[in-house]
Amino acid sequence: MPQIDKRVGDAVVWLLLVTAPLWLTYVGGYIELGSRVLIYALAAMALNFLLGFTGVLSFGHAAYFGLGAYGTALTIKYLYPSTPLAMLVGVVAATVAAAIIGPMIVRLRGVYFAMCTIAFGQVFYFIAFQWSSVTGGDDGVSAWHRMPLGFGLATIDILKDNKAFYYFALALFAVCAAAMAFLLRSPFGRTLLAIRENERRARFLGIPVDRHIWASWVISCFFVAVAGALYALLNNFVDPRALRWDQSGNFVIMAVLGGMRSFWGPLIGAAIFIVLQDYLSSETQNWMSFIGLFFVLVVLFFPRGVLGIVRRKAAS
Amino acid sequence: MTQLLLFNVFNGLIIGAFYALMALGLSLILNLSGVINFAHGGFLAIGGYLAYTLIPYLGFWGALVVAPVLTAAIGILVERVLIRRLYGRDPLYSLLLTFGLAFMIEDGTRFIWGAQSLPYRIPTWLAAPLSRSFFFLTGYRVFMVALVAAAVLGLFLILNRTRLGLRIRAGTLDLETVSSLGVNVRVLRSLNFGLGIYLAGLAGVLAAGMLGLQPTVGDNLIMPSFIAIIVGGLGSLPGTLAGGLLIGVASGVTSVFFPSASEAVIYVMMAAVLIVRPRGLFGEEGRF
Repeated sequence: MPQIDKRVGDAVVWLLLVTAPLWLTYVGGYIELGSRVLIYALAAMALNFLLGFTGVLSFGHAAYFGLGAYGTALTIKYLYPSTPLAMLVGVVAATVAAAIIGPMIVRLRGVYFAMCTIAFGQVFYFIAFQWSSVTGGDDGVSAWHRMPLGFGLATIDILKDNKAFYYFALALFAVCAAAMAFLLRSPFGRTLLAIRENERRARFLGIPVDRHIWASWVISCFFVAVAGALYALLNNFVDPRALRWDQSGNFVIMAVLGGMRSFWGPLIGAAIFIVLQDYLSSETQNWMSFIGLFFVLVVLFFPRGVLGIVRRKAAS
Repeated sequence: MTQLLLFNVFNGLIIGAFYALMALGLSLILNLSGVINFAHGGFLAIGGYLAYTLIPYLGFWGALVVAPVLTAAIGILVERVLIRRLYGRDPLYSLLLTFGLAFMIEDGTRFIWGAQSLPYRIPTWLAAPLSRSFFFLTGYRVFMVALVAAAVLGLFLILNRTRLGLRIRAGTLDLETVSSLGVNVRVLRSLNFGLGIYLAGLAGVLAAGMLGLQPTVGDNLIMPSFIAIIVGGLGSLPGTLAGGLLIGVASGVTSVFFPSASEAVIYVMMAAVLIVRPRGLFGEEGRF
């Protein structure tokens, strides 16, 4: 695709995101829905860093999403009521966990890697579920809320003002997206693409493949933890469902639905998925069946995703 | 103390037998077709619910025989209509598809049979304890272990003594060669899938008698089954069996000393195995 096209695409995406609070209510949405789309989009893009650009299938990202969320919630509830500090604790906890688990799984490939990430992900689910004196068990961590941001003189009240929280989330989203784009354009990112395209050849070129996959895994988990921290702040609540395996599946389907090979694909996938989920769960009791059916239909008919199809059309 | 320990070892063995039965089915499908069947827990639930529905007509024993076969038939149907299309593609897609199926099956069973837990009747003579000093040895538990042992024995006989088993084992190693030798690989994969689902259905009927029935009955069994495969080693069925029993007994024994860690210990075992021997206890080098 020509260069200019890409810049136009980027501009359109940012314009839509920045103006979303202005038009969301007119198309039947609400601002919290916009925030949720942003958060899930960040999570799906973080997953896609590993899935689409390194070619490694993780089915356990919910664990690090949930760790970020739990770290944030528990810090505000028990340690110190500061939003940035709490996010920092959550994200660091998740990243450290990913860094420790990484070496055990980076030697594995394909289905085996997927299976081990699922299994390791469940560890954190069980901890959150069982350790109820701290995590509240099945009921989750409630009775806390996000704190307004203080900048010396001025404070931004992200607690009461939904719009302020949306822009807070958007700012973090923008920083994370820019960081990921930068990393993918760097020599490191190009090396990841090389590994995706042909691991054996990359190995012959002397690239330490396992170490690169480990790095990509940790980076991906770091960004998914940022999304998790935002998720806890958005809901002022977190429960073990945030880190269950079906959450991991949601991230993967968002990435696939939007298009794994494109940078903005997961954003589109997340928007479609979240809006659909929101609609179905308000319309029918059996929304799980419809979501399941949706998975099946996407796999059978849209394996390349929305952007994959658009690109194919443009190329032919 | 000894009795308590014995009780928990035996309990672990029963749970381990369930894990092994689930994991063997998963492993069969994974080895031949490269599909991680997320919906396996759902098929387990279908097996249990079908047996529940059939008991009034066929009795306990009839349901025990018929329900797993029906489950396998449903499994083969699903394989022919949906899963077959994804062979040879990125494993990502079959993972997502079976993931969606798991959702649909769970919701479907809830829709048909209701969300509340259903009681599952077993013959009274099976429910009674066998001896007074070993109160935990009810006939049903011993019967379950025996039946699982028989099923596993049957599976290994099929794999080692019949033509179908020979083809499945050969296909696991090199499906292309098997195909070029004139074996209908499509039929082989369907039958193999059905065999795996049969084991899930059988586990479902047995689990219904012990745990009762709710739509999420398979959920708690599927993760340990994955771990059984990882611990035992991908590509090795005896390894999967050993892995299932091992983590079952380990979690049983742990529950004597640290009851709250009985779930955690199986994950610790998995981590230990992955560090020391990434391919699993009985796995072959270089397969994955």
